[in-house]
Amino acid sequence: MSASHTRALIEASNLNRYYGEYHAVKNFNLILKKGEVLGLLGPNGAGKSSTMQMLTGNISPSSGTIIINGFNLLEGPKQAKRQIGYLPEQPPVYRDMTPLEFLKYCASLHDIPPAKMQSAVNDAIERCVLQSVTHKLIGNLSKGYQQRVGIAQAILHQPEIVILDEPTVGLDPIQITKIRQLIRELGNDHSVILSTHILPEVQAVCDRVQIINHGETVFSDSFTQLAQKQSSNSIVVGFEKSVAESDLQQALGQFKALDKITPLENHRFQLDFTAPTETHLLYTLAVEKGWGLTELKRQEETLEQIFMNLVHTDNAANQPQISDNLTEQVS
Amino acid sequence: MKKGMMIGFSEFKRMFNTPLAWSVLAVLQFVLGLLFLTFMEEFISVVQPATATSANPPGVTGIVVAPIYLWAGIIMLAVMPIMTMRLFAEERMNKTLSLLLTSPLSSTQIVLGKYFGILLFIFLVVALLTLMPLALTTGTTLDWGVVLSSSLGLLLLLSSFAAAGLFLSSLTSQPIIAAVSTFGLLFFLVVLYLSGNTQSNGSEVFIYLSHFSHFLPFLEGVLNTSDVVYYLLFIVGFLILTIRKLDNDRVLG
Repeated sequence: MSASHTRALIEASNLNRYYGEYHAVKNFNLILKKGEVLGLLGPNGAGKSSTMQMLTGNISPSSGTIIINGFNLLEGPKQAKRQIGYLPEQPPVYRDMTPLEFLKYCASLHDIPPAKMQSAVNDAIERCVLQSVTHKLIGNLSKGYQQRVGIAQAILHQPEIVILDEPTVGLDPIQITKIRQLIRELGNDHSVILSTHILPEVQAVCDRVQIINHGETVFSDSFTQLAQKQSSNSIVVGFEKSVAESDLQQALGQFKALDKITPLENHRFQLDFTAPTETHLLYTLAVEKGWGLTELKRQEETLEQIFMNLVHTDNAANQPQISDNLTEQVS
Repeated sequence: MKKGMMIGFSEFKRMFNTPLAWSVLAVLQFVLGLLFLTFMEEFISVVQPATATSANPPGVTGIVVAPIYLWAGIIMLAVMPIMTMRLFAEERMNKTLSLLLTSPLSSTQIVLGKYFGILLFIFLVVALLTLMPLALTTGTTLDWGVVLSSSLGLLLLLSSFAAAGLFLSSLTSQPIIAAVSTFGLLFFLVVLYLSGNTQSNGSEVFIYLSHFSHFLPFLEGVLNTSDVVYYLLFIVGFLILTIRKLDNDRVLG
């Protein structure tokens, strides 16, 4: 178990997964380094859960290899699985046990020696703030607490890799913040793969994001690189008074790089430039004309836009796919 | 193996977290207790006076104890499916199976663990039942050979029920379907026995294939290796099928 810092913790290459005829995951590649928090994004039925189930050995890929911390998941599943903590979409908790009983059971399933069991269980209870419910039946707990028991179960054995499928679903806002904090903390000495629908969540906790659509990776980048790409050449301006588009066109004649003016609602316009522009000149212009500038904002390409661009463009064309996606969710 | 046993102990404990196991045991004990009482009454008031003067009178073990074990086997035809239906089907339905699948366990360990849990329950059922003949030791002497072989026979019979139930539970995600199909399979084997015993064209093969034909010799105190082997093969066969099913699930999902 000598995990060198340079080696990737998860190396999944050319993963394919068929459900009968349906090709759910297509040539999927994933590399996860130590201390990295990877966000897995995608619309419903994109293959996120299938991918996570493959990475955790719940289902086996139709083809491809998965190396987890140097162990081949398909050839030496036991050793590979020791490195993983997994929280599926629905927390795998027994409703007729108390969180304390349940976590002790999980500890023994993960080969935690009896001497260390108590401290491991206590640690997980503390990290997921379960102290007040340790002796209640899990079935009687709220969805949020059940979710937290599920997370506790995933981090209990201090795995190298923690894989969380939509971990903040059903939690209250305070808990969401706490769980995000926890995920960030985990990212310090473990690696985390996180799937979610909540885009700000990805921005808040992830170092890198991989977007999946129809089983294929359509985008994979780190946030630092994303930030560099973000400064786009679109600017939104808004005015107090109503300004005719032709007036604006005329006034903006001095900007050589101006490409297009698109009127928006409430006296606002989107200005597309072909090259970076000095924004302050627009400000001076508006003051000169007495238009009463109310808004001047560089339109940044956020994760949300990237996501929408990648995923939404072909949505209409893929209507028949929906039924396939549904069957995938069910199976 | 240690982990398999741990899963088993946990399963056994969880059965008693819900009222299910308690009520099953209570009802079983009540019904079998009443039967026991009826047989005893019959023995004391009818059989004993009538045969007391004969050269070789039938004992209490043959008249009371053996039928109780037979009836226990018959009642368990209906009860066992209820106990085994949860094993995998409920885990599928509640999506808790992935806890075991993600843990460093082989399918064999998972299946043996689950089976071990239900075996513990079976031991408890047989132990509680055996208390009844034991209660007779205060007043009479029992044929211990028959009591032991009946207990062993019932253990094997119920274990084979459980193995079949475990397998059928692994096929579905609806506990009720698992229970119904298990009952169907177990009852089918009883029907084989009945049809094999019909006067017109009964077949030895049918009798041989059925559960109960291998159970009855135990009740007479006859311990046949072939009967023991029948049950062991039955159990091992269904356990292997269950392990294969779990492995296959990962591939076909």
